[in-house]
Amino acid sequence: MTVLVIAEHEHGTLKGATLNTVTAAVACGADVHVLIAGHNASGAAQAAAKVAGVAKVLHADGASLAEQLAENVAAQVLAIAKNYSHILFPATAHGKNVAPRVAAVLDVAQISDATKIISADTFERPIYAGNAIATVQSADAIKVITVRTTGFDAAAQGGSAAVESIAAVADSGLSSFVGREVTKSDRPELTAAKIIVSGGRAMGSNDKFTEVLTPLADKLGAALGASRAAVDAGYAPNDWQVGQTGKIVAPQLYIACGISGAIQHLAGMKDSKVIVAINKDPEAPIFSVADYGLEADLFTAVPELVKAL
Amino acid sequence: MKVLVPVKRVVDYNVKVRVKSDGTGVDIANVKMSMNPFDEIAVEEAVRLKEKGVVTEIIAVSCGVAQCQETLRTAMAIGADRAILVETTDELQPLAVAKLLKALYDKEQPGLVILGKQAIDDDCNQTGQMLAALAKLPQATFASKVVVADGHVSVTREVDGGLETIKLKLPAIITTDLRLNEPRYVTLPNIMKAKKKPLEMLKPADLGVDAAPRIKTLKVSEPPKRGAGVKVPDVTTLVAKLKNEAKVI
Repeated sequence: MTVLVIAEHEHGTLKGATLNTVTAAVACGADVHVLIAGHNASGAAQAAAKVAGVAKVLHADGASLAEQLAENVAAQVLAIAKNYSHILFPATAHGKNVAPRVAAVLDVAQISDATKIISADTFERPIYAGNAIATVQSADAIKVITVRTTGFDAAAQGGSAAVESIAAVADSGLSSFVGREVTKSDRPELTAAKIIVSGGRAMGSNDKFTEVLTPLADKLGAALGASRAAVDAGYAPNDWQVGQTGKIVAPQLYIACGISGAIQHLAGMKDSKVIVAINKDPEAPIFSVADYGLEADLFTAVPELVKAL
Repeated sequence: MKVLVPVKRVVDYNVKVRVKSDGTGVDIANVKMSMNPFDEIAVEEAVRLKEKGVVTEIIAVSCGVAQCQETLRTAMAIGADRAILVETTDELQPLAVAKLLKALYDKEQPGLVILGKQAIDDDCNQTGQMLAALAKLPQATFASKVVVADGHVSVTREVDGGLETIKLKLPAIITTDLRLNEPRYVTLPNIMKAKKKPLEMLKPADLGVDAAPRIKTLKVSEPPKRGAGVKVPDVTTLVAKLKNEAKVI
């Protein structure tokens, strides 16, 4: 029984979500192999070999894999899938894109967003925006799973796995990459940040969002997040959205400013260690999950907070 | 070009579901049901493509209990031309739905299938990708912009870190994200019109699909409760608590 982890990587570096997925793979109780499917990603392959718990790294290098198109990456995984009892992807935009393609071709069900590995065939996953937790058992020969990274610690360094090259698949010819608009930021990545400062509809405008929340995030070395209402209103970019259908985060400290706390938003952040809510509405549902609630106008409270830190 | 738009009947997004005390599931008796919000966006996108003259016919599909007919009527009130219900009272999991949709894809030969990226009940986010794999078609998930031209579709996708644009050969599968469009309100005349549009009823067996579930739900439980904390009177107290009590800054 061997578990395959599909690594997430970018510009030759291994992304953090891969480390949490390795921890989940180890919990499945078997040898762990990591697949790096990419182009010029040998840096990521070397990094994966040093992760504790990894027995072998498979490295497929080809132009067809450069832009991580779902059709090609899925074909790459399928080329080796039969050797494995479990295939794990991080539940990121990329993992969610590719995993079901793999599962469908293997004719197996997929377990989405696993938060706990109970045994080799039994898993916990949240449903209904995290308002219920389902314990599910798979009868399929190969378990295809996406792993909610906040449910697992990052695997430590200290491995010394061998890196084996495998042939890259040919391009499917079905899809092609056109371009990418990446939000440039010096801040920590939202899903990996220790502290997150998040803004809601009450921010009122894109300018106010930046003007009020940026100094606080700078002071704390925090990532910036937003509620769906703020993103829909154009106050913040879409990849900042925290919630059921956006990013799931669990930082040490989550500061919610002017966020009312719809269940869909709470689904994305209620596993944070400490939650602070700043809101002038005393009835805001966010206060029901906040460790510290400050009933105040955020436009005065946040600058005050920056000064006090 | 035909477009197929699968829609799912789910617990309305405003409802906070309760876990049944016997741990067998969530209580959905007498709870308001609606079309999955992402699917509504999918129907709206199809209608906009039809209004632009890109699409000639929109077929809404649902798989599930007889009441899904209501969901299909809503899709037709937004602008779908006809509907198909694959009726079953059995539990349907994403792989089974993808197989049913694959059978309908083969039958209808649409140029595009537009689905919601995930259903807000099981939160699986699988069906569109699975359908794409089964039909050996290209996919663009989490779409925030769709442009059809010259036998291709360009799709801007919401990904971690920003936006990405890819170009797919038609036929293709698209799954919608929140910011693709804002679905229109259905008007009474359109609701009336929708009642007269054709709705075909099928069974999974008619499509030759084994829709048996592969995953067994052993139990459904409440998530660990997070107790409400304290209200602090001012910023100074907040900073003191974060430093000395929570020790997070």
